[in-house]
Amino acid sequence: MIPGVAADFSADALWVSAIKAVLIIVFLLTSVLFAIWFERKLVARMQLRPGPNWHGPFGLLQSLGDAMKLLLKEDVTVTNADRRVYLLAPMISVLCSLLVFAVIPFGPNATIPFTDFSTPLQLTDFPVAVLYVLACASIGVYGIVLGGWSSGSTYPLLGSVRSSAQVISYELAMGLSLVSVFIMAGSMSTSTIVESQTSIWWFVPLAPAFVIYIISMVGETNRLPFDLPEAEGELVGGYMTEYSSMKFAWFFLAEYIAMINVSAVATTLFLGGWRAPWPLSLINDGMFNTGWWPLLWFLAKVWLLMFFFVWVRGTLLRLRYDQFMVFGWKVLIPAGLVWVVVLAGFQYAGLVGITRTQMIVAIVVAAAVVLALLWLWPQKKEPEPPGGTGADGGFDAFAGGYPVPPLPGQSLPPSPRARRSVAPAEDAGAATATRVAPDAVDEDEETR
Amino acid sequence: MTVSGGETVLFWVIAPLMVIAASGLLVVRRAVHAAVCVVFVMISLAVLYVAQEAPFLGAVQVVVYTGAVMMLFLFVLMLVGVDSADSLTETIRGQRWIGLLLGLGLAVVLCGVVASATFRQPVGLAEANAVTNPVALARVLMEHYVVAMEVVGILLVTAALAGLVLTHRRRLGAKPSQKALAEAKVAELPTGRTLTPLPAPGVYAQHNAMDAPALDPEGRPIEKSVSRVLRIRGQERSATELLTAEETLVRRELERPDDPVPSVGPASGTDGDGGGAR
Repeated sequence: MIPGVAADFSADALWVSAIKAVLIIVFLLTSVLFAIWFERKLVARMQLRPGPNWHGPFGLLQSLGDAMKLLLKEDVTVTNADRRVYLLAPMISVLCSLLVFAVIPFGPNATIPFTDFSTPLQLTDFPVAVLYVLACASIGVYGIVLGGWSSGSTYPLLGSVRSSAQVISYELAMGLSLVSVFIMAGSMSTSTIVESQTSIWWFVPLAPAFVIYIISMVGETNRLPFDLPEAEGELVGGYMTEYSSMKFAWFFLAEYIAMINVSAVATTLFLGGWRAPWPLSLINDGMFNTGWWPLLWFLAKVWLLMFFFVWVRGTLLRLRYDQFMVFGWKVLIPAGLVWVVVLAGFQYAGLVGITRTQMIVAIVVAAAVVLALLWLWPQKKEPEPPGGTGADGGFDAFAGGYPVPPLPGQSLPPSPRARRSVAPAEDAGAATATRVAPDAVDEDEETR
Repeated sequence: MTVSGGETVLFWVIAPLMVIAASGLLVVRRAVHAAVCVVFVMISLAVLYVAQEAPFLGAVQVVVYTGAVMMLFLFVLMLVGVDSADSLTETIRGQRWIGLLLGLGLAVVLCGVVASATFRQPVGLAEANAVTNPVALARVLMEHYVVAMEVVGILLVTAALAGLVLTHRRRLGAKPSQKALAEAKVAELPTGRTLTPLPAPGVYAQHNAMDAPALDPEGRPIEKSVSRVLRIRGQERSATELLTAEETLVRRELERPDDPVPSVGPASGTDGDGGGAR
């Protein structure tokens, strides 16, 4: 038994782990096939179309057909490509996306049918499992970056640069939101975090962190409305423009597995993992939290999040790139930081021995003070309309956004650094002088 | 404290690969390949950390060094001089010999240190990791080295702020609002600016590429549907030529004797300015 980890893997021999690993890969691949159908069908229903409905019942075999098509297509390697890196990039993407599920708990200990062998429904777990998930995500970016670079073409390069900037900045916000779960659960091991959500799921007390995570997970997986790396209107297909056939399929696969990954992490950290939802968890002394039932709750939660992904895609428009980055750096990350500090303050207060009523009173007082301050804060002055000085015949030093010299007849305003203060009367005189400018200009021209 | 069989195998698989990747750094020509080699070494190092029961260090190594620092390097490599070959001219006289000498010296020192090292039995790992690795590490850092941690933190924040200040540029005018930008766009309409995106290039039966102009509803080619760069370079195809090629194709179809469709269209195959066919 590993210290600091709730699940007990001591009974797992090597072959048990091997079987679990194979099952996870099978699960991921079939989930991707299902996810593609699910997304197409759902988006179609949202847009009042039937969606894929030709191959198999409800069109379920459509994505299988698509996969076969991708496999059998001609594999084109563009002339400008850096061959080795070009081949390596999709491999990195797929490998890193497959790694994450190793630490995701599908359920507690369960007995294998027809035997009395009991094992946790999880491949492995260790005290820093969630950091491992973050590490996998950060290596996965290399697939995108190298893929874009090695294509030897402009749009893929731009797409990959965008993508890496995006993933790195949204990973910061994501990490910050995960920190609050670590603080509450007191652990970074996934099974212990699920264990700590016995009484309440973390998305309730940690609602701000949950919201930040949900937003940043959409940004991290390059999905609409944050799919700027592959924005068709601007970048053709982003980093995968020059890829075809199987290599393209790998990128595609990695993208969908990444969606399932972040959904599974959200489920595990915020939505109680494999735990049954509230009224069901009370039935028959927690019967639904044992055996194979948890698998059902886990999958239901993951697919609920997948539904959210598709719903967002069907609803929202793509952001502009600068707005998107500003949102990440100036809204999400500061909000995450503030939330972590507030939460740490509460935890510290709890350790020191401040009671809950005292804390609530303190919150109310603090909120009242903030409101009062906002009420009494002097109103912001309206910024002066640009070119206001130019309107009354004076001189606008930044007409049109560029520093410009005064035109004939205009005079420079008094320098703020000048020692002598200019008398207001003279100033007014200057203004009137510029107002009768045309004549003066003419005279000047004549004298010249 | 013994090294398990699995760990030995892991070490002897990963260590040679690491050495190969590290020496690849000296051999490869392109900077990005070197970066990939470094990434490989870093990740393998993280695996070895984990094998030596320092999982926190392993994860942080990947997240911080591979995920952030090396990515930043790659970023710069990709954007600045991706394909520029390194200049081999010496900027300092005798640079190579000095470098070689220093390298040899370092090699001698390292060999000496490794040769004179004695490998004792490691002690205290079990006690150190008794309360799980991250917790034990946190206790050491936050109890014994808390001042050093804070100082380093302040230093890093200062450096980050300095970076922000150094790269900051003050705006000359007020930032234009979205409304102002939209109004400016509309105000530019008389000068020939379009509000919508430019029209896409044309699609023909035998040709579908950037250099083919689209046709407007009256059948005239739209100039702006071809990229300005191609137009300036003179690489634009003429719509007439494309339609003529199509016309010959159509006529061959029509001239078949058993064709039920009576031959329609102008008998003179080419119709001047690429007219009514589309």
